[in-house]
Amino acid sequence: MRKYLLKRIFYLILTLFIVATATFFLMKLMPGTPLQNEAKLTPSEKAAILAQYGLDKPVWMQYFIYIGGIFKGSLGLSFQFSDQAVSYLIGSRMGPSMQLGGQAMVIGVVFGIILGAVGAIRKDTWADRIATIISILGIAVPSFVLAILLQFYLGLKTGWFPVAGWQGFLYTILPTLALAASPLAETARFIRTDMVDVLSSDYIELARAKGLSKFGIVYHHALRNSLIPMVTLIGPLAAALMTGSMVVENIFSVPGIGEQFVKSILVNDYPTIMGVTIFYSALLCVLLLLTDIIYGIIDPRIRLSGNGD
Amino acid sequence: MADNPKEYQIQPGDFAPLDKQAGPDNEHIAAPSLTFGQDVWRRLKSNKTAFTSFIILVLLFLMAFGGRAIYHQNPNEQAPRYANLPPKIPGVNLPGFNGHIKQSGQDVDAYAQAGAGKDVHYILGTDYLGRDLLARIMYGTRISLEIALIATLIDLGIGVTFGIISGWKGGRVDLFMQRIIEILSSVPSLVVMVLMATAFQKTGMASIIAALALINWTTMARLTRAQTLQLKNQDFILAARTLGESAPKIAWKHLLPNLSSVIIIQTMFTIPNAIFFEAFLSYIGIGISSPQASLGTLINDGQKNFQFLPYQMWYPAIVLIILMLAFNLLGDGMRDAFDPKSKR
Repeated sequence: MRKYLLKRIFYLILTLFIVATATFFLMKLMPGTPLQNEAKLTPSEKAAILAQYGLDKPVWMQYFIYIGGIFKGSLGLSFQFSDQAVSYLIGSRMGPSMQLGGQAMVIGVVFGIILGAVGAIRKDTWADRIATIISILGIAVPSFVLAILLQFYLGLKTGWFPVAGWQGFLYTILPTLALAASPLAETARFIRTDMVDVLSSDYIELARAKGLSKFGIVYHHALRNSLIPMVTLIGPLAAALMTGSMVVENIFSVPGIGEQFVKSILVNDYPTIMGVTIFYSALLCVLLLLTDIIYGIIDPRIRLSGNGD
Repeated sequence: MADNPKEYQIQPGDFAPLDKQAGPDNEHIAAPSLTFGQDVWRRLKSNKTAFTSFIILVLLFLMAFGGRAIYHQNPNEQAPRYANLPPKIPGVNLPGFNGHIKQSGQDVDAYAQAGAGKDVHYILGTDYLGRDLLARIMYGTRISLEIALIATLIDLGIGVTFGIISGWKGGRVDLFMQRIIEILSSVPSLVVMVLMATAFQKTGMASIIAALALINWTTMARLTRAQTLQLKNQDFILAARTLGESAPKIAWKHLLPNLSSVIIIQTMFTIPNAIFFEAFLSYIGIGISSPQASLGTLINDGQKNFQFLPYQMWYPAIVLIILMLAFNLLGDGMRDAFDPKSKR
């Protein structure tokens, strides 16, 4: 187990290192400087601004400074907001994103499990069909379309919820719903498939033969075993939430990381793009590692070994 | 002779040939023998949802690639005079299709207001520059499909080659190649695509295709590798090797046909994924740029006027949703058709 962990952490660091390197050189290939109104500046002013961002040094030196900075928790200065550190920018915007992501994950997974379980228990009935339609729609309707529709019909037209902004719990409801659709659909599909298998296994037959109630069978036997492989969904769901948050935060003007990321992309704020890229990758890598560890703990059949596969 | 069975001697003359046509033929195969492909097709046809999806997809493809042969409007022709006109189908008097629109609570004939003659009508209305929305949707669907299909084809090439080599070679090569996949797949795909799209700034289709191709192949590579590992120890591969067949030829002649079902099923899920990400990138403004249009840019354009002219976003969004639905449902159906054992 220890050997396995060390190995995984080594690969995690290697991955992040490669991501940082690739991002750095991709960004260096691109045109654009932090200089605004370039024509009006005198050469000495230009030099001063470039020096502030460390752009006066050769590229290889910038690279080592950047990589070294990451270890110290620094991701450089933002082009867009002069003098603001990227790490500060990310840190100050993490709250709303994490809250939205967390809420969407909980709602999506809980309702997804219910939907999937209903579909599996009442297989091939109208309940199953409705559950399937909801989950397939959740996959087919892109989050940005759903967000716009929710904003218009539940926000603007009926006035039930605030249209946009970030001033309290009420403001989180619509973005959470828009984000939760995709985890809900994924979970429901996953649970349904898995439970159909589980429900036809021998130990469920036995439980039925013992005279357990239907609810008892599902709750105590089927659901628990179906939930174990659910753990592997955490990674993909988190990645889907990151994707979703970029547009959903923008549509509802939530001051989160996703919104900042899109803005940075549109104004070519390279240090921020790099910073957020590395942050997202690190988050996903850690989540994937945790997933594997948790999976190994709750399902003893999975053995974590240090060698290859 | 008959008294003593032991002495019974069988003579060739005791046998008479039976009439072949007379008796029931046990060897007769009643149903025509089906090839694998025919079998899959038969199972797919019996799956109503999947077959409907298939028909819908065929229609959408026809509309996207051949629609202009019937509907001659130019998707890029601007007519500022006729900007933001609602849908109007001549002879149809249904709300939403009669060219009327609600303005400050009143029902107004938008076409009369714009001073359009009797012969002017746009089936799905016009956008903010007076471009025909139906023509633009057909055009946008074509671009979306082209991007998704080309990207998927590249994915397929890279993924299958990578997977077969990795699985076939085994050992160190395999270990190294698996690490590459592991590293690539622990980077959020969205981030890779945003980086690629920013890196190739505004070069349109090519950059999106490159971005999509770069991230989606890992799943395909994993699946092919796993299958190859199983197949390579089977006897027919061993036989081919013993006969001195070269590795590329074995891969082409023996592995690929056996991998085809896995590849086709995975492709059916890669395409909607590519469509989604293309729409996503175009929507946030780093994908296709004008004068080209894709479903994502159309939705983005339509969204600006959603409050007053909801049809401008609804129609492209509906096409996108139907496309995603049909591909996903057909994919599910194909999985069942190719692998009846995994009946879900």
